Amino acid sequence: MSDSIYLDEARDPLIIAEAWMKDGKDVAIATVVETWGSAPRPVGSHLVIDADGNFHGSVSGGCVEGAVVTEAVDVIGSGKARMLEFGVADETAWQVGLSCGGRIKVYVERLG
Amino acid sequence: MDPYALKTLNAERRARRAAILVTDLGDGRDRIVREGDQVAGDLGAAIAKAFRSGSSGAVEAEGRTFFLNAHLPQPRLMVIGAVHISQALAPMARIAGYPLEIIDPRSAFATPDRFPDVALHADWPQDVLDRQPLDSYTALAAVTHDPKIDDFALKAALDANCFYVGALGSRKTHAKRVERLLALGASADQVARIHAPIGLDIGAASPAEIAVAILAQTILAFRSRGLDVKGAAA
Repeated sequence: MSDSIYLDEARDPLIIAEAWMKDGKDVAIATVVETWGSAPRPVGSHLVIDADGNFHGSVSGGCVEGAVVTEAVDVIGSGKARMLEFGVADETAWQVGLSCGGRIKVYVERLG
Repeated sequence: MDPYALKTLNAERRARRAAILVTDLGDGRDRIVREGDQVAGDLGAAIAKAFRSGSSGAVEAEGRTFFLNAHLPQPRLMVIGAVHISQALAPMARIAGYPLEIIDPRSAFATPDRFPDVALHADWPQDVLDRQPLDSYTALAAVTHDPKIDDFALKAALDANCFYVGALGSRKTHAKRVERLLALGASADQVARIHAPIGLDIGAASPAEIAVAILAQTILAFRSRGLDVKGAAA
């Protein structure tokens, strides 16, 4: 719940992504597109990442951001979008998971 | 994501207008849909639903999977009148997720003592609304009983297409108000959008109960935008 009716420009991931783009940086945008069970961040949440691995925003409240950043740097290089899935249910696919027991699907794409 | 889509989306969000980013998860192509844009078929129906609920999610349509990221402006409540009802309404509205501001030029009413932690404007609605205009994601409740204060704000709310417009007063009081608003240039359709007597009919008696009724009617109006629901804004 927000008490402000205006965007928090200094912290808003999509505003930051646009500013990075204007600065000539390569940027990837990660978006939570599906959640199951108890997931820390709602569908639609964003993490934005630049080619150096700097990031803003959140897709999981800290549990899987490291892995998303690594994937995002690859996506910036290749330009090919990826769908990532995290959760306790598929620990063979990923070493990182959500301690809360939920599962999330994160779409990672390059800006431009 | 298309850089132009991102720029467009951010411009809409800054202007407090609703927009949905539609991404084809198969090929990654995306586009911005604004509220009121016509989109055909199952995808159009899903988009309309996302505008109402504000919920994002994946949908299957036309044999493809689309992700709809709904960006709705934060709805808010503008109250004209720093009265008893507003004192109860301020904390309730904040808890319900509708940040509230109060305008009342009577500086004896609009005091921080009576309204701790509330955005309070001890000024005429004309002056405040000039600086921060109303919009379609704002609800306006006029509760001063004083035409000098309420009328301008009500006309402004109708012109800005506020998603909810309510005015305190009996049917008799409201009949006179309707005449004044028509004289100010409001149309009959506009005036018909005003909820008066204000609030859902829950038999509210005390100021705090009236506040509950106003908040409930605001939520109903917000969640039924674009739908023909009894008791909600048309």
